[in-house]
Order: sequence, then structure tokens, then C-alpha cells
Amino acid sequence: MELAIQLGALVVFLMASYGIGSWIEARHYKKIRETEEVFADLIVTNLTTLPNQKIEHCALVKGNVVISLDYFKRFIAGLRMLFGGRLVAYEPLLDRARREAILRMKAQAKTKGCDMIINFRMETSRLANDNQQRNNNTAGVEILVYGTAIKLAHSNDTIHP
Amino acid sequence: MILSNTETIPGKTVLEIYGVASGSTVRAKHVGRDFMAGLKNLVGGELKGYTELLQDARQEAVDRMIAQAESMGANAVVNVRFSTSSIAQGAAELFAYGTAVRVE
Repeated sequence: MELAIQLGALVVFLMASYGIGSWIEARHYKKIRETEEVFADLIVTNLTTLPNQKIEHCALVKGNVVISLDYFKRFIAGLRMLFGGRLVAYEPLLDRARREAILRMKAQAKTKGCDMIINFRMETSRLANDNQQRNNNTAGVEILVYGTAIKLAHSNDTIHP
Repeated sequence: MILSNTETIPGKTVLEIYGVASGSTVRAKHVGRDFMAGLKNLVGGELKGYTELLQDARQEAVDRMIAQAESMGANAVVNVRFSTSSIAQGAAELFAYGTAVRVE
């Protein structure tokens, strides 16, 4: 009986975290897609120089996101790690974080009146505790993206004034 | 102060190179934020507290790098790089470095 209650509580908890987690993910993806359309005209490249272009001014821009996975998906990924293979649960997490960070960087470039980002760099670091017992406490991943935003001399006003 | 992570400032010529300027800060998360992030961790999604913490800390590292570059007499920093390392349980060092130069 005791065991059944505990198991039941675990299942309810897992289902709840799965539900809320999926809802948050879906909402986030929707927001990302909308914002990506707004910034679609701002080109990001990891070339260091642009041939035959006059540049008016430049600024360093960066964007960062700390993101974590819901409990249910972490649980599933934990099981999956016994067998190895593709961790489907983690893939959208990193994809979301990268896209969000890029969008933040683009937004910063836009406010500085720039129309392109060159020498784009991406960095990933884990904010987790190495301690196994407290490992549930922070399993966040930080994505940092940065680059040099430039304003080309020939281009007129920004598209979104 | 102009910052860039390319080897030169686009559209400008480098007149003089002063050497490496760097700035760092070590930050730990505080209990309240850690608790909230712990709750957020159950359902997943962005941990806003940590995002802001790291953003502020990185900005401080950049400001310190700028201050150092200024004391060298530079007016720009090129080839800026960031590095993050966790040095202890719950604490991270954020480091920014680049080459201090003078441009026209």
C-alpha cells in the first residue's frame, strides 16, 4: 500500500512535469519562430572579414541563455543512457537555447543600428553540480553567442526604424 | 571604446598595439535564486535568474577589460574572447580578454 502510494505520487509528478515541460517548450518554439521572422533580414556569418565592403561602425554583441530540461525528460534520458544512442529529449533543448541566444544577439545588434553580424562564435558550458546527490538541483546549460555587429556604409536606414 | 571580436576594427586601421587586456569576475549564485531555479528545473525551460546573473557578471568582466585597456591608452579592443569556467561548487569565473589597440 505504502509502495503503491509512493509509486503513484512519482507517476503523477512525472506526468505533471512532462505536461508543463511540453507546454513550455511548445510556447517557446512558437515565440522563437515569430522572432526569427522579424530578424530574418539580419545576416549572421562566421567570416571574419567581408570583401569589398565599406563599414561605417561596429560593436560587440552577445546573447546568452540558461536552459534546463523538465524532470520527466531527464528521467527518460537517464534510462536511455543505459543503452546509449540518440538522446531525443536533449536535442530540442539545445536547439531552442541556441536559437534563442542568437535572437537575443540579433536584437542587440538591431538596437545598435547594425545590419549584419560577422565573426559569430558560439560557446556552450554546463552549469551543473558535479556532485551526484545534488545533481537534480542545477542541470542547466548555458549557451553564449557573440559576434561583431557591423553597419555597412552603403545601406540606408534600418529596415525597422 | 570600440569592441570587436574580429582581428581588426572593421572600417578602421589599427595604429598601435598595446597588448592583452583582460577582465574577470567570479560569481556565485545566491540561495534565493538557486531555490527558484531548482523549482524551475522540475518543469524545464529557461532559468531566467541564471541567465541574468551570467549576463551581469559577463558585463562586469567586459567593463574591467575596458578599464584596463583605457589605462593602457587604448581606444579599442580587438579579438575579444570569452571564457567560462566553474572553479568551485556553485561558482563560476567569467573571463573576457582581447588585444588593446589604438585606432584612428
